[in-house]
Amino acid sequence: MTILNILTVIPLAPLFAACFVGLFGKKLPKYYSFGIPILGVSIAFALSMYSLYLTLYGFKLNETVYTWLASGGYIFEVGFLIDTLSAVMMVIVTFISLMVHIYTISYMKDDTGFSRFFSYISLFTFAMLMLVMSNNFLQLFFGWEAVGLVSYLLIGFWYKKPRAIYANLKAFLVNRVGDFGLILGVALIMFWFGTLDYQEVFNRLPALLSQEVVLFNTSISLVTLIGTCLFIGAMGKSAQVPLHVWLPDSMEGPTPISALIHAATMVTAGIYLVARMSPLFELSDFVLSLVIVIGAITAISMGILGIVQNDIKKIIAYSTLSQLGYMTVALGVSAYSVAIFHLLTHAFFKALLFLGAGSVIIGMHHDQDITQMGGLKKYMPVTALTFLIGSLSLIGTPLFSGFYSKETIIEAASLSSAWGANFAYFALVFGVFFTALYSFRLYFLVFCGEERWHTIRRKKNEHGLKSKEYPVESSKIITIPLVILAIPSIFIGMLLIDPLVYGNFFDGNITVDNKIHTNIDLLASHYHGVWSMAVHSLFTLPLWFAIAGVLLAWALFIKKMKINFKFLNPFKSSLKNNYGFDDFNEKYIAKGILKLGDFLSSKVDIKIIDDFLVNGSGRLVTYFANKLKLIQSGYIYHYAFFMIIGLFLLISFFVRT
Amino acid sequence: MINLSHFLILAALLFMIGVVGIFLNRKNIIILLMAIELMLLAVNMNFIAFSYYLGDIAGQIFVFFILTVAAAEAAIGLAIIIIVFRNNRSIDVEDINRLKG
Repeated sequence: MTILNILTVIPLAPLFAACFVGLFGKKLPKYYSFGIPILGVSIAFALSMYSLYLTLYGFKLNETVYTWLASGGYIFEVGFLIDTLSAVMMVIVTFISLMVHIYTISYMKDDTGFSRFFSYISLFTFAMLMLVMSNNFLQLFFGWEAVGLVSYLLIGFWYKKPRAIYANLKAFLVNRVGDFGLILGVALIMFWFGTLDYQEVFNRLPALLSQEVVLFNTSISLVTLIGTCLFIGAMGKSAQVPLHVWLPDSMEGPTPISALIHAATMVTAGIYLVARMSPLFELSDFVLSLVIVIGAITAISMGILGIVQNDIKKIIAYSTLSQLGYMTVALGVSAYSVAIFHLLTHAFFKALLFLGAGSVIIGMHHDQDITQMGGLKKYMPVTALTFLIGSLSLIGTPLFSGFYSKETIIEAASLSSAWGANFAYFALVFGVFFTALYSFRLYFLVFCGEERWHTIRRKKNEHGLKSKEYPVESSKIITIPLVILAIPSIFIGMLLIDPLVYGNFFDGNITVDNKIHTNIDLLASHYHGVWSMAVHSLFTLPLWFAIAGVLLAWALFIKKMKINFKFLNPFKSSLKNNYGFDDFNEKYIAKGILKLGDFLSSKVDIKIIDDFLVNGSGRLVTYFANKLKLIQSGYIYHYAFFMIIGLFLLISFFVRT
Repeated sequence: MINLSHFLILAALLFMIGVVGIFLNRKNIIILLMAIELMLLAVNMNFIAFSYYLGDIAGQIFVFFILTVAAAEAAIGLAIIIIVFRNNRSIDVEDINRLKG
C-alpha cells in the first residue's frame, strides 16, 4: 500500500460511512448509525495523525490522484498536497469531528433524524478533508461548496422549524456572496496562470508580479485583484464583517454541528485558504491591509455584541466571530503561522465551549436563555469545570492554550508596520476586555448565582425545566468528549507554540517576506520561551484588560452591583439589532434585489422578452399573413389565373435565356 | 393548302378558348369541366398534327390513351360535381369558395 493510497483512504472513509448510513441507516439497528461513522472518522483521524507524524520528518507530497478531465491546455485533477499545514488541519478536523461524533450519540439519541445527522456530519468530514488536502483550486472549490452545502443541510436539520429554514437560507445566500468572490479569484488564476495547481501558480507568481489588469477604467495589479477576490471568499466562509450575518443565525442547528462546523472547522476554512495562499497574499500590501482592517473590525464589534445576547449559543457564536477576527488580523500582519496556531487552539476550546453549552441545554431541557439559568455548578460539575477551562482559555489566561495564540497575535499586530495594524492592535486589546466580559457573564449567569429556573412558570409545551425538576449532569458519552477537549484547551498552546510559531514547522509551506514584514522576525526576537511569556504578560495591557473584564462581570452578575449604565442606553438598540446589519440587509439589499427582480420580471421579461420578442414575432407573422391571405379568395378561376400567368411568366423567362 | 401551321393555330385557339372559359365562367362548374376538356383536346390536336407531319404513328397512339384517360377524368369530375351539388345545393362557381384562407 503506497502512501498515496493511505492518504486517499482519509477522506474516503468518512464518505463511505456517510453514504452507508445515509442509505441504510434507517433500516439497520441504531448502533450501525453511529458505529460506522465513528469507525470511518477514527480511521481518518488515525491516518491523519500518521501523515502529521510523517510530515514532521520532512515528508511532503504533492501528487495527482485522479485526472478528472483534460480540455485543451487545461487539466482538472483531484490531487493531494500533504505538508505540515494541511496535516495540522487534517488532524484538527478529524479530531474535533471524532469528538463531536461521540458526543452526538447521546445528544441526538431521541431525535428521529439520528442516522441522517450522522450521515451529514460524516459527509462534512469528507468535504472538509477534501478542502484541506487539495493541491489545486478546483478541488478546493469543491470542498468549499460541499462544506457549505452540509452546513446548509445541518442548520436546517430540524426542517419543521421556520426559524431554522430562514437561518439556513440566509447562511446559504450570504455564503454565495463570498463564493462568488472565490470563484472570480479562481477564474482569474485560471485565466492568467493557465493552471489551477497551487505549486504551479506559486512558481509562476514572480513572472506575473507586475501584471496590471484594467477594471472600470482603473489599472489594478493582478495580484491585488486575485488576493481581494480570494479574501472575499474567505470573508464569506469565515464570517467576517459584513458577511458575518449568517453565523449567529446558524445557531438554529443542533449544538454538535455548531461546535464542529460553525466554530472549529468550516468557518476556519477561510483562514486556512489565506494561509495556504500566503505566497500570493505576501505580494500585495493593499490586500494585507484590507485583511487587517476587516479582521480588526470583526474582532472588536462582534465581541461587543456578545455582551448583549441572552441565548447561550448566540454568545458563543459571537465569540467565534470575534476570534475569527483575531485570526484574520494575524493573517493580515503576515503572521500566518500564528493564525493557524490560534485556529488550532480555538478549535479545541471553542468546540469545548459549544459542546459544554449543549450539555447545559440538555440539562435545562432545551431552554437556551441564560437569564433563566443559574447555579448549575452544583448540579453539573463536570460541565461547569470544563466550561470554565474553555472560558479561561478563550479569554487568554496565562498558561492556557488561548493565551499563547491570542497574545502572540496581539504582539504580532503591535509590531507590524502595515497600514491599519495600529488600529488592529487597539481593536484586539479592547476585544480582550469584551471577550472576558461576555465569557464570564455567560459563566456566572449559567453556573453561579441563584437558581432562577425554579421561579419560572412555563406553558405546557414550552422547552425548559418544569417546576420541581432539577437539572442533572449529562451522561458520560457527553462529558467524556468535554474532558478530552479540555486537556488540549489547557496544554496544547504551551506545547506547540515553540515548534509551530517560532520553530521551522511551516517552513516552505507558509511564505513570509521577511524583508518587508519585519514584524515576524521581531516577534521571534521578543520570545524567550513559554514561561517567560506568561510572566511577561503581567506587564502588558491585554492581561489587565482581561482581568478587568472578569472583574466587571463578577461585580455585575455575582455581587449584583448597581452600576449606572444609563450613558450606554443610546447604543443599546443598535447592539441588540446587531448594528443594524440584518435590518440593512433586509431593508436595502433584500428589498433592492426584490425590486430589481420585480423590474426585471415586469419590464424586461414580461414587456421586452415575452411581449416584444416572443409575442411580437408572432404578431408580425400574423400581420403579414392577414395581408397575404387576401390573395386566397377561394375561387377556382383565381387560382387558375395565377397558374396560367405563372406558367406564362416561367415559360417566357426560360425562353428568353 | 392546309399545312402544319394552320393546325397549330387551331390548337392554340382551342386552348385559349379553354383558358378564357375557365377565367370568365362565373356560373356553371360543368362549363369549367368542359373548358378543361377543351384544353385537353387542343393538346391532342397538336399531337395529331405533329404525328402526321413527322410521319410518326406514336403521337396518334398517345392521343388514344389521352382520350381514354380524359373519359375517366370526366366521369370522376362529374361525380365530384354531383357531390358538390349535394352539399351546396348549387353548382355555381361563385358559391364554391371554401378554400379561402
